[in-house]
Amino acid sequence: MSITQVEAANSANRSLPKAPTGIPGLDEITKGGLPRGRSTLVCGSAGCGKTLLAMEFLVRGATEYGEPGVFMAFEETAEELTQNVRSLGFDLTKLIKQKKLALDFVRVERSEIEETGEYDLEGLFIRLNAAIESIGAKRVVLDTIEALFSGLQNEGILRAELRRLFRWLKDKGVTAVITGERGEGTLTRRGLEEYVSDCVILLDHRVTDQVSTRRMRIVKYRGTTHGSNEYPFLIDQDGFSVLPITSLGLQHRVNDERVSSGIPRLDDMMGGEGFYRGSTVLISGTAGTGKTSMAAHFVQAACERGERCLYFAFEESPGQLTRNMRSIGLDLGKCIKKGLLNIHSSRATFYGLEMHLGLIHKMVQQFNPQIVVADPIGALITAGARHDANLMIVRLIDFLKSRGITAMLINLTSGGDSLESTEIEISSIVDTWLLLRDVELGGERNRALYVLKSRGMKHSNQLREFVLTDDGVELLDVYVGPEGVLTGSSRRSLEARERASALSSRQESERKQRERQRKREALEAKIMALRKEFEIEDTETALLATEERARREKLEDDRQAMAASRGADKDDGKARSRRKLNSK
Amino acid sequence: MKKGQTKTPLTLEQIAQDRPAGQAEKWDLRLYVAGQTPRSVAAFANLKRLCEEHLAGRYNIEVIDLIKHPQLAAGDQILAIPTLVRKLPQPIRKIVGDLRDTERALVGLQLRPGKN
Repeated sequence: MSITQVEAANSANRSLPKAPTGIPGLDEITKGGLPRGRSTLVCGSAGCGKTLLAMEFLVRGATEYGEPGVFMAFEETAEELTQNVRSLGFDLTKLIKQKKLALDFVRVERSEIEETGEYDLEGLFIRLNAAIESIGAKRVVLDTIEALFSGLQNEGILRAELRRLFRWLKDKGVTAVITGERGEGTLTRRGLEEYVSDCVILLDHRVTDQVSTRRMRIVKYRGTTHGSNEYPFLIDQDGFSVLPITSLGLQHRVNDERVSSGIPRLDDMMGGEGFYRGSTVLISGTAGTGKTSMAAHFVQAACERGERCLYFAFEESPGQLTRNMRSIGLDLGKCIKKGLLNIHSSRATFYGLEMHLGLIHKMVQQFNPQIVVADPIGALITAGARHDANLMIVRLIDFLKSRGITAMLINLTSGGDSLESTEIEISSIVDTWLLLRDVELGGERNRALYVLKSRGMKHSNQLREFVLTDDGVELLDVYVGPEGVLTGSSRRSLEARERASALSSRQESERKQRERQRKREALEAKIMALRKEFEIEDTETALLATEERARREKLEDDRQAMAASRGADKDDGKARSRRKLNSK
Repeated sequence: MKKGQTKTPLTLEQIAQDRPAGQAEKWDLRLYVAGQTPRSVAAFANLKRLCEEHLAGRYNIEVIDLIKHPQLAAGDQILAIPTLVRKLPQPIRKIVGDLRDTERALVGLQLRPGKN
């Protein structure tokens, strides 16, 4: 290869043209689809969905991308194929009529065929070519070309012809999917990977603990990057879907908006505004601590705001859930009627884990909710291994986050486990974790709640008692005092006692006050009396003094008069002043 | 009629219909080719020789060129070229290749006992 050729190849690789499959998820992990104008080998064991993948590639190509396709079947007749994929919503007959699809069944029956001498597979080429030309096909499926090996004996010729076929397909410029049965220790039984080397997709169908899981992996994809993990995939009534969740990064947009939890007091505990929109809320607690009631509050509040909620109930039917929530005054039935709430109930063990995840994905995409509740998330463990369930829930959380959906996951903590753990070990990836627990005290169990963590907001560190009333959940302060944390009846009785003692002490103080008042009044009365007494005495004394003076003056007057009458001498003056002194 | 003809084994149908072997039943043969390749030419020549030897006078060969009539390939489930199809007598038999190996061709046409 010359330098310019290498350069040309490199630049071509950088923008390797791809043919989108239209299969949800597959285009994401292949970063755009299958290599356009080249062949892709899809291999896997029996019943893992090779034919379906190939068929969907064609049908979607024809219906969504305007690329007609040829399906050359070596194993199933056209009628069988049509019938088989009708259950997935593909109407092949119509597509054939519209000249968007051509089906050709190639039957190779060894017992009918005798080989003498040299031959080639020109007949196959001619048929394929005729089919391609008839509808101007851009896509071709050969399912399963290895059937030729069982029909024809001369492997040398076959291999040479296959090589020529793949070369020819490339020259034709069609995007081809070749399916192959998985062999022992090799990707395909007949080593097809030797010829089709641009892109190889391996499908796998495993049964672990009686639950089947389908997975796919891109073994190689020349000239492009691709997701290299094993991705679970589903086959359901809408066809094939791959869950490329591990390809999700942590690049989701964050939201400063807050959503109410539906319980005002709980909102208060989280900075007064509730959860962040698009965050993941985990509610964990032991049995009967009111997890579902809490979620129902959240849902009802959201529906009242006009938001759409999707509720995955793994343990209760929609009817049961609405009935139970009515008992605490929540009318979920109204939300359902308004079309804002969709409760999807399915037993966790009913499907495999991937199927659940796929279902959730699909329903989320169809219903487009703002809020998703999964109750309880731990039930999924029963649908798969613990590790798988953990992975799956991480994927689910990432998926919901990427869509800005507020997720409420409910986790049941079983008796033996530590309260602050989740069975599926997702506690580190949730944003807000509310812990519900029961407090056993004074012969009764009461519910308590606290915010174990809540990223990015101020949140209360207080334990709150959590009471289910006829009007929903109510949060109360717990009693924290010298007797420890009290809830329920103990709290109530203590509060009553406190109220009583407060009352009596108030009464006591009032009584004392009255006493004082009375004393003061008595004192004042006394003072008044004394003053009165004094005044009387004072007046009396003054009166006496005046009388005395008057008497003395009278006496003096009398004496002077007497002296005058006697004609006394001047000495009397001295005697009078001496008497004056004595009288004082 | 040649001596070898009487040795032709009875097919199941022949037995079922109690039809005596070697009687003048019609052989309807179709040879599928793709253009005038040396291999097709060889196949036709080999077929002609074989028929003349074993089925003189009661055979009919139709040569179909798939390059001219590609739509005919599906009808007889033709993959390999050249393919000889025995339409009659029933059941349908197919022989792929240029019929170079006469013995195997005869076995394939059930004109000689073989593994089939």
